[in-house]
Amino acid sequence: MKYKTWKDLPIGAVIPEPGNSVEYKTGTWRTFKPVIDQDKCIKCLLCWVSCPEPSIRRHEGDRVSVDYDFCKGCGICANICPVKAIEMVSEL
Amino acid sequence: MARIVGMNGDTAVAYAVKQADVDVIAAYPITPQTIIVEKLSEYVNNGELNAAYVPVESEHSALSACVGASLAGARVFTATASQGLALMYEILYIASSLRTTIVMALGNRAFSAPINIHCSHDDAYAARDAGWIELFAENVQEAYDLTFQAFRIAEDKNVLFPTIVNLDGFILTHSVEGVNVFEDEEIPKFLPPKEPVNPIDPEKPISYGPLDLFDYYIEHKKQQAEALKASYPHILKVFEEFREFSGRSYKPLKTLGMEDAEVAVIVLGSAAGTVRDVVRKLREKGEKAGVVSLTLYRPFPQEELVKVLKGVKAVAVMDRSYSYGSPGAQLFMDVAATLINVKDKPLLFNVIYGLGGRDLKPEHVVQVFEQAKKVAKEGEVPEKEVWIGVRE
Repeated sequence: MKYKTWKDLPIGAVIPEPGNSVEYKTGTWRTFKPVIDQDKCIKCLLCWVSCPEPSIRRHEGDRVSVDYDFCKGCGICANICPVKAIEMVSEL
Repeated sequence: MARIVGMNGDTAVAYAVKQADVDVIAAYPITPQTIIVEKLSEYVNNGELNAAYVPVESEHSALSACVGASLAGARVFTATASQGLALMYEILYIASSLRTTIVMALGNRAFSAPINIHCSHDDAYAARDAGWIELFAENVQEAYDLTFQAFRIAEDKNVLFPTIVNLDGFILTHSVEGVNVFEDEEIPKFLPPKEPVNPIDPEKPISYGPLDLFDYYIEHKKQQAEALKASYPHILKVFEEFREFSGRSYKPLKTLGMEDAEVAVIVLGSAAGTVRDVVRKLREKGEKAGVVSLTLYRPFPQEELVKVLKGVKAVAVMDRSYSYGSPGAQLFMDVAATLINVKDKPLLFNVIYGLGGRDLKPEHVVQVFEQAKKVAKEGEVPEKEVWIGVRE
């Protein structure tokens, strides 16, 4: 991504294109990433409702996966999982 | 046709704001500006002014409401003083960084403690780093005139910064003077309706005030810094257009005797008249005395100040405030920083005066010039900080 200089930015730090926050990949903030063990998962969807981002994606048959572009690695999903199917793995 | 009306500073500001046909006023009463917002609420209530008057629960809310209204596209006014400005502090920076065009009248009043309702410039100085344009009125006529100019400056597309009109608490806010007023129908010639930039528009949604971290924040701040510097010639242009409109001339600096002055005083606000009177008398006696007063305080008129101080031997910088623990009070630091790299600069000392409404009498000013002459003669500054009018 090419960063703009101070001369190129709209004044007052407004964002003139709506909905462009999806371009801001907050996944780079992460130091631990959640890894889901699909064999252990009971498809209760507690991680899906608890994720504040929301970066837990729900698929057909209530299978879940992590959107690593936006997951900040907060660990709420791993903490809430009743069967310990989500492990926080260091990325450092 | 010129019409002269007897008004105090607050009434004059309120009258100017009404004539400027503002859309939104959000304010909270505080002495000594209360008359301004009382008058404006009367105008709105009587149907003399078609504006939304938002009676908020605090100054923090007042300025917040102003930010929203200004971004939405409205011409916006608020007024405050002292602790009220202090309570607005968080929003001062937001208002300027979002490039709103709010105009604020600040009835300069001392900060507590102890509680005091009279004039110091504590509040004006508290706003100096916040990215607002700051103007200082010397008398009631200037408070009236500068209010119109403040709207033109703030809303100028080459400026777009909120603007404060300072008027000394009680000395100007509550003193009645004869004021040359405009007729309502003349005003649009100088002050046409606001043309908003980036107004709130459901057809063209944009985000205001987003999160901005290490990858862009410093670029936005550099842009803001450069924009405030670049506003300077446009402020001069507004002053010039106001002169053409009214016949009354405004400049960033007002000077008397500076063409040959060896000793000079730099001062803000209503005290300028007292100093000027003393300078006139000193010059009648053949003394090479001069005075500089600033109508434009932010952006600070550095180049002009360097020019007018050329050849001066000693300068007393007068502050109606104090900056605890600093190397000088606020205006002193401004002047010292302006001169720091100039060759053959004058010696400077700082005079603290008038805190909490203590009168600045002509004999005090004479005392300041005596000190300046001593500094000029001896070529050194025995005391960098001199308090006058204080019991020792």
